[in-house]
Amino acid sequence: MPLEALAPIDEAEADREFLYTLNFGPQHPATHTTLRLILTLDGETIVKAVPDIGYLHSGFEKLGEDLDYNQYVTVVDRMNYISPVANECAWHHTVEKLLGIEITPRCKYIRTILAELARISDHLLCVGAAALDLGGLTAFLYAFNEREKVYNIIESASGQRFHPSYTRVGGLMNDITDDFVTQVRNFAKSFAKAHSDVVRLLNKNKIFIDRTKGVGVLSKADAINTSCSGPVARASGVVRDLRKDEPYLAYPDLQGAFKVVCATGGDCLSRYLVRMDEMLESAKIIAAAVENIPAGPVNVSLDSKLVIPDKTATYRSIEGLIQHFELFMWNRRFETPVNEVYGAQETANGELGFYVVADGSGKPFRCRTRPPSFIHFGIFPQIMEGHQISDVPAVLGSLNIIAAELDR
Amino acid sequence: MSTTIEALTAALGAESLEISEFRDNRRVVVPAEKLHEALRILKNAVGFDFLCDVAGIDYLGYEGATDRYCVIYSLTNTTTGERLFVKSFANDPDPELPSACDLWAGANWMEREVYDMYGVNFTGHPDLRRILLPDEFTSFPLRKDYPLRGYGERHNFPTVTRAES
Repeated sequence: MPLEALAPIDEAEADREFLYTLNFGPQHPATHTTLRLILTLDGETIVKAVPDIGYLHSGFEKLGEDLDYNQYVTVVDRMNYISPVANECAWHHTVEKLLGIEITPRCKYIRTILAELARISDHLLCVGAAALDLGGLTAFLYAFNEREKVYNIIESASGQRFHPSYTRVGGLMNDITDDFVTQVRNFAKSFAKAHSDVVRLLNKNKIFIDRTKGVGVLSKADAINTSCSGPVARASGVVRDLRKDEPYLAYPDLQGAFKVVCATGGDCLSRYLVRMDEMLESAKIIAAAVENIPAGPVNVSLDSKLVIPDKTATYRSIEGLIQHFELFMWNRRFETPVNEVYGAQETANGELGFYVVADGSGKPFRCRTRPPSFIHFGIFPQIMEGHQISDVPAVLGSLNIIAAELDR
Repeated sequence: MSTTIEALTAALGAESLEISEFRDNRRVVVPAEKLHEALRILKNAVGFDFLCDVAGIDYLGYEGATDRYCVIYSLTNTTTGERLFVKSFANDPDPELPSACDLWAGANWMEREVYDMYGVNFTGHPDLRRILLPDEFTSFPLRKDYPLRGYGERHNFPTVTRAES
């Protein structure tokens, strides 16, 4: 019986025999929320990383088609729940662009302050959690101490700490108080000290630097090609910040108060450093804005027929009562143009945009979110290849993946 | 402003483009067969190097709409800051559009999400799978004829027993 020749052994294929598949998540301390990675390992080296997402998908965009322009703000809150006020500002920025409303100067300043507080709060969590995953608990505690102050400020403005739902079409839920101004002033003054505490703990920490420097490198060309924005793109050398490029809210007045922070390394350390310096710039913006809050109404005029009247107007005047009913009865609601618009703001994670299609009724026909976390997680397999398994928490922490925004 | 539009009209012909503006958004509707060429020109010749977003829309029942599915490529020029929204339509029974993955790597996940939610097939996409919903899911939930509460797909998911796992 003739012997049959065996098929020649493919060396690349033979090597793969030794590869080991590791399931990372969806429940894992370093993923912080629910995201899953399927890692193909050669020893401890990652050959291939395949993200599997959608564990937290809750159909936010479908829900948005059933809620009106004011109601959807409560859902938007829950996208990036680390900096909810920034999401609210971006959502109502888009709606106001659609409706053609120019909000009052006072509202612009308050929203600017809140958006910057949200940026600080988001960056603090990202930096603190990144340090925590790499074994530094103290920086995390310092960061959370400051975040608590931000929550106090947001509570004094809106009455809610975590999901304030503070913005409304054409203005805010209510005006701020003197207590809010005092708290913001104190925060802007004391923040530099807390910031330097974290800096002294981490910036020259050998363990932290060894584990972040040169890890997860994203080149400038790749950052643009893969649609990255925000600190992730700026750490790779992309000079792009919507606050400077397309100034909105009070940023046209505050251009002198801050700089765009960029780095060229593109690794985890650069992303950490960019976030740290951005917080100082945000504190400068807050310090400048809080001293210049203009007087005047916080909402646009009732005559625009688009803004919810305050309770006094509702109960004490016939115009206010009619306006309240006009906005809250399901068969009335907003009158919108039959058109569509894209509006975006620079939030802590990057460009948060909304594409709203209006059909003339009170509810959006379609409200697409451009989620920065989703786009940043898309680069993860690419920047992870060839690294060690212990680099996974470092890279995840530096990209600041918020699963609620990732999956919506 | 017009260099972008000029470059597009020169390459594709003015009759195939439909240009509109609203607030500060400029939108161009491009027929599906010319979409990829339009995106290629915009990226390579005009300098729209940043694909900001890929959004799907189902225009079923929308006032004045003639086509059903729409995919919007939001482009940004990172040098000048200019934005452009390129729209293209697809229809039942086989909604199909060319993929932009060969131009921008960032299109990969965003097109997968549009496929996941609307069932628009992107030809030439390297890895067109569901991304947010489970692979066993049978519908496309952001379509307008899909109810808010769903068809009960969740009750029909296959379950894995301890012995099989």
